[in-house]
Amino acid sequence: MGWFLLPFDNLLCIVLGISFTVGFSSLLVIVVPAVLGVSIGIRRLYMKSLLKVFEWATVRMERGAKEKNQHLYKPYSNGIIAKELSSLEQEIQELRASGTTLSSEPEFEMADIMYFCRRGVESIVDDEVTKRFSAQELESWNLLTRSNFNARHISLRLSVLWGLGLFIRYSFLLPLRVTLAASGIGLLVVLTTIVGFIPSGWLRTYLSEKIHLMSYRICVRSLTAIITYHNSENKPKNGGICVANHTTPIDVIILANDGCYSMVGQIHGGLIGVVQRAMVKSSPHIWFERSEVKDRHLVAERLSNHVADKTKHPILIFPEGTCINNTSVMMFKKGSFEIGCTVYPVAIKYDPRFGDAFWNSSKFGMVNYLLRMMSSWAIVCSVWYLPPMSREEGEDAVQFANRVKAAIATQGGLVDLLWDGGLKRGKVKNTFKEEQQKLYSKVLVIKCQRSPTHCLGEALDQRIYWIGSLKVISITMNYSDTISIAMNYSETM
Amino acid sequence: MGSRASTLLREEEIEEIKKETGFSHSQITRLYSRFTSLDKGENGTLSREDFQRIPELAINPLGDRIINAFFPEGEDQVNFRGFMRTLAHFRPIEDNEKNKDPIASEPLNSRSNKLLFAFRLYDLDRDDKISRDELLQVLRMMVGVNISDEQLGSIADRTIQEADQNGDNSISFNEFIKVLEKVDVEQKMSIRFLH
Repeated sequence: MGWFLLPFDNLLCIVLGISFTVGFSSLLVIVVPAVLGVSIGIRRLYMKSLLKVFEWATVRMERGAKEKNQHLYKPYSNGIIAKELSSLEQEIQELRASGTTLSSEPEFEMADIMYFCRRGVESIVDDEVTKRFSAQELESWNLLTRSNFNARHISLRLSVLWGLGLFIRYSFLLPLRVTLAASGIGLLVVLTTIVGFIPSGWLRTYLSEKIHLMSYRICVRSLTAIITYHNSENKPKNGGICVANHTTPIDVIILANDGCYSMVGQIHGGLIGVVQRAMVKSSPHIWFERSEVKDRHLVAERLSNHVADKTKHPILIFPEGTCINNTSVMMFKKGSFEIGCTVYPVAIKYDPRFGDAFWNSSKFGMVNYLLRMMSSWAIVCSVWYLPPMSREEGEDAVQFANRVKAAIATQGGLVDLLWDGGLKRGKVKNTFKEEQQKLYSKVLVIKCQRSPTHCLGEALDQRIYWIGSLKVISITMNYSDTISIAMNYSETM
Repeated sequence: MGSRASTLLREEEIEEIKKETGFSHSQITRLYSRFTSLDKGENGTLSREDFQRIPELAINPLGDRIINAFFPEGEDQVNFRGFMRTLAHFRPIEDNEKNKDPIASEPLNSRSNKLLFAFRLYDLDRDDKISRDELLQVLRMMVGVNISDEQLGSIADRTIQEADQNGDNSISFNEFIKVLEKVDVEQKMSIRFLH
């Protein structure tokens, strides 16, 4: 029996030898530049070649579909329907175009129901909120089954390419990346613990910064993240708060790759807890116990204390509170905007063609998500540092938060929504429905001639709840005084 | 690959829906994608909770009535066919459809069917009549707490008075059509579906 196995034994040795050599040299090629903070440019080359492959694949699919005379499924990136951008009042007036006079009697027409009916069905077909909590659909296929909606055999060449891609991703890229990630995190834990023994001083801060940056660079390479930083002159400085839109936990790594931040968050158990505890030994991160998280005052106090100390790094906060799918920015929670320090907004936009970075926490757990990340092609994103903002005179925390949100949305090319990210899991508040009912009752009970500004203010106010596009919100801010005055006026009548 | 393929719509089904509702092939596939994204339970049907998860619908004062319109009498689940059938009411009326085949049954998006949809929103107990009580209830849904009972009562009375022709103190479907004859129903009850 022994002689039969010999050739295989030899073959096995050769294969193992080759894979170890390849693996080790790739590790070296990746880790050494990471430690030194230098970039060779392998990743960008990789990205360019991938793009060419995707384009070819899309062309093949379209050709294949035409030949078979089938329809190629195109995701509704432009929307399924075209919505009417008019307010409740405008529509109801149009419905009553049969020329009833403006009397002092309350007016009701049976046709009024059609406005609500149409709006309701429009929102069933396409609404602004629910689609933000699932992965964005792609225009062209990127050779990952997870984003393929056609799922039909198009051509042999394409399937071969897909198979090849699968092989490369799972047998070469994935193990490499996992090793890198493990070494990055391991280094972080070990080195920060060691540095923690050095007494406080410039040496400790300096070493801690270097260690953090190095580990994050390794982690970035472990995800094959290709990041472009814009406007680095606006990078957050000590004594401020850095605010960004949230798509995935990886956002933290992407930002920390380029600068030192203090993280804020809840202490977890398990591996993450170990990492958190190690990190805080060498630099002042803000971790809360689960019970403390609910206590708003405590949170605000610790944040203010941290910010007041100019030697500490800027705090990194994601005010949305939950992961959104990177097509929009949802309501910013006002807590971080009440502290009263400079806010440095940052916009992060992922390129979905190379791998969908959004963490759909209701569908995937953390480990599953990381595995998916590491078996995608790459994570390509752009980070824009926006000029710092502070709260202005007469602006309250909510308005300030909305202003920052609008700036981030414009820069990142995202839709600015007033809806709460918490709607992912929770129900919408009844107050919004009551607002709608109030607006409609105002239309019914017309007791006086209304001024144009009142109409304008109210019409725009109503738009926020239905559409929430960027321009509308900013205009409404300017008219906010008019609206409150006009509403008071009509209520006293 | 497996789970997606099993939920893909078959060509025959798409053809059937096309004939019944008049939607185009690409519209049907896109609406199917929307249907599956709403179907959190992944069992091929939508329940009332699935609809209520849409925030914009939840804040619509008549949200519950609209949701109800999707579910046939006594049922709690709606499948894709039923979903499309209801949505078909909101397709715009195209000119060439008006002259097509007069023998075929009336398309789902005719003026008359659109009016029937609106009528059913008022008719809570599905007895083909809008009574004063039903009208009051629907009005209450639309205005919330902002108008008093007496005012609302007088609005309802006035509306029934104007519409009622046979003196039974309720509005039948024909009386409803008469009241709305000047309204541009085709435009107001249509949604512009993109191709």
